[in-house]
Amino acid sequence: MFYREAGDFKTSYREDNQTFPIKFDRLRFYAVLAVAYGVIPLLINDYWANAVFVPFLIYAIAAIGLNILVGYAGQVSLGTGGFMAVGAYAVYKLMTAFPEVSVFIHVLIAGGITAAVGVLFGLPSLRIKGFYLAVATLAAQFFLVWLFNKVPWFYNYSASGQINAPDRTIFGVFVTGAQTSAMAKYMFCLVMLTIVAVVARNLTRGTVGRKWMAIRDMDIAAEIIGVNPLSAKITAFAVSSFFIGIAGALFFAVYLGAAEVGEAFGIQKSFLILFMVIIGGLGSIFGSFAGAAFLVLLPVLLKNLLVGTLGWPTDLAAHIELMIVGALIVIFLIAEPHGLAQLWRVAKEKLRLWPFPH
Amino acid sequence: MKTTFAALAAAAIAATSTPAFADLVVPNLSYRTGPYAANGIPYADGFNDYFTLLNERDGGIGGEKIVVPECETAYNTEKGVECYESTKGQGALAYNPLSTGITYQLIPKVTADKHVLYTPGYGRTSAANGKVFEWVFNYPANYWDGASVAIKYLLDQNGGDLNGKKVALVFHNSAYGKEPIRTLEELSKKHGFTLSTIPVDSPGQEQKSQWLQIRRDKPDYVIMYGWGVMNQVAIQEAVNIKFPMENFIGIWWSGSENDVGPAGAGANGYKSISFHGVGAEYPVYQDLKKYVFDAGKSTGAADELGSVLYSRGMYAAMIISEAIREAQARAGHAAVTPEEVREGFENLNLTEARLTELGLPNFAQPIAASCADHGGPGSAMILQWDAGAKTWGAVSDWITADADVVDPLIAEDSAAFAKESGITERCN
Repeated sequence: MFYREAGDFKTSYREDNQTFPIKFDRLRFYAVLAVAYGVIPLLINDYWANAVFVPFLIYAIAAIGLNILVGYAGQVSLGTGGFMAVGAYAVYKLMTAFPEVSVFIHVLIAGGITAAVGVLFGLPSLRIKGFYLAVATLAAQFFLVWLFNKVPWFYNYSASGQINAPDRTIFGVFVTGAQTSAMAKYMFCLVMLTIVAVVARNLTRGTVGRKWMAIRDMDIAAEIIGVNPLSAKITAFAVSSFFIGIAGALFFAVYLGAAEVGEAFGIQKSFLILFMVIIGGLGSIFGSFAGAAFLVLLPVLLKNLLVGTLGWPTDLAAHIELMIVGALIVIFLIAEPHGLAQLWRVAKEKLRLWPFPH
Repeated sequence: MKTTFAALAAAAIAATSTPAFADLVVPNLSYRTGPYAANGIPYADGFNDYFTLLNERDGGIGGEKIVVPECETAYNTEKGVECYESTKGQGALAYNPLSTGITYQLIPKVTADKHVLYTPGYGRTSAANGKVFEWVFNYPANYWDGASVAIKYLLDQNGGDLNGKKVALVFHNSAYGKEPIRTLEELSKKHGFTLSTIPVDSPGQEQKSQWLQIRRDKPDYVIMYGWGVMNQVAIQEAVNIKFPMENFIGIWWSGSENDVGPAGAGANGYKSISFHGVGAEYPVYQDLKKYVFDAGKSTGAADELGSVLYSRGMYAAMIISEAIREAQARAGHAAVTPEEVREGFENLNLTEARLTELGLPNFAQPIAASCADHGGPGSAMILQWDAGAKTWGAVSDWITADADVVDPLIAEDSAAFAKESGITERCN
């Protein structure tokens, strides 16, 4: 019925190895892209951009970044918030120091700076694994937040230690600052996410990604068959931090517009993104999207439902919301320990046989 | 970006209930959950109850009912953005988010969207300069005024001389807590005391090392800029190291009953600054009881009446309502727009006579705002906690901040902001 493979013949390796080998899947993907690029920008308003889409897109970038490190390379990291902060402060310093350069370039450079910092904090991973590495990256989280709080140069000596995104344009359209239209914010983040997702997908199914997965599955065996653990782990840290840095830069410049490091990039951010990756599915690009959607959109949806529609008191709604999200996380992980991506895979398998399961 | 997302997104179209457009909408961005809930709840209740009183007793302001949609921020900047976006379409007249972090985010947004941001005693201090910050108001006093008032009070205590004294600032390690540092540095140059700054990371449950440092350094005075649970912990730690409580002064956000209560008798003599009176002796409370509490329309519990933060929420609501009244008088019609309300804020002239009419005699300092002056008189008084009677009592008269120190700092900071944002000064 759906997902039919009958008659869908491949005549080249290239076709056989594409991301969506089944025609229906591929068309659906193009449809999603068409809606995302063609329909939503025309309909979007400030609320939808700032409360729903922009945070979702940015968190999806961060989740893809962390998924490369944790899901593909098996290096557990709790430093995501700190690395996002590096991206945010890097882009802030760049925007204020070189106002004439396009902010698009700045975001990429901020990603590059974060990649360098990530490599630096990834070095211990050559000696330690698992929980011990998690503790080392936790140190990165706390050190980076402390650094940005402590050294006034990072926040241009402002009285309060807050950083504020100045107004910047791409092709003459404001993408940061208060004058930014909902559409511009959304499009900027969407373009970034598309680039990140395509790059991540192609890295993970190429040589680099296979090395990461070999290290993840059994590092000793991987070393014996010729995978260099140094380069594999360091590239995983670099690529992952690059994406997380981009997410941090967008988070500050496009989404919040002002940030305070302890509040916006604290340890809870690290956990939130780790949960996205775990709920979405480790080692899956789609899982990063699904996890981000789950943890960003669900609270907003519940709030609108409980307060807006049912008219509950706000405090009760906030508490119930925590319980519901928590319970759903538990239920999902019991039902499918490999996350939403695996649920999706199983559903697809079932659909391929439907209506004649055997 | 697959089906799950599409389904979620589609389901998220649960629209928030929109009030009828004829009403005056004043959103209440409150926090009743999270680490700062203990302080957020009485403030939000005071804010709601005062507007309820106006609705019940006077039928609103100028015959227009006031609607106060509440939105929970949990003192979190991301939720603050969501709350702002979800309420701004309802014709919101003024925002009072009770969070410096959220304020910093909203300043550019309200300027672009044309809504008033009213931040009494918090937010971005340099917003006191109306020439740069057209849509932001922070009268009657700001953080730097508070720091200056504290030092002025200490000068009074020491016969006008603080030379060689040691003052420690214990601050919430965030935008809010860092605000007074520069002012205190200037004041220490001027008056010759030495200043040490001791940060406490949010939420501030753990302060052992900070108070160990205070015990070692033995400062003569400690000034605190804390919020939420940090205040209680600091006061308890101060009791533990036997720091003399009368030399411990909190800013107005570190001076509520919740902060001193847990330390019991040990907190006796702790001082805090306040820009309004406290206690339930004001005539307005009889009306509140009659129209709001006894009618079962209150959001708060009766034991909050007259508490510091309840009074402060009420103060903010009172100022907003007076600004709306002023706006109506100037516009000549009752259903005012956000632009007209901004005019009302800018031309607010709150006299003692008017305060008495409102049932709040001697509750606060008179305010005469102008195009350039969005910061108000900048005066406050010192309250002291009596642990036996469980009440705050004023131990000083109104003290006005040292304008020679604060004004240049405000000018400098707002000029930097204007340059950054490409704003040309108004009011010239």
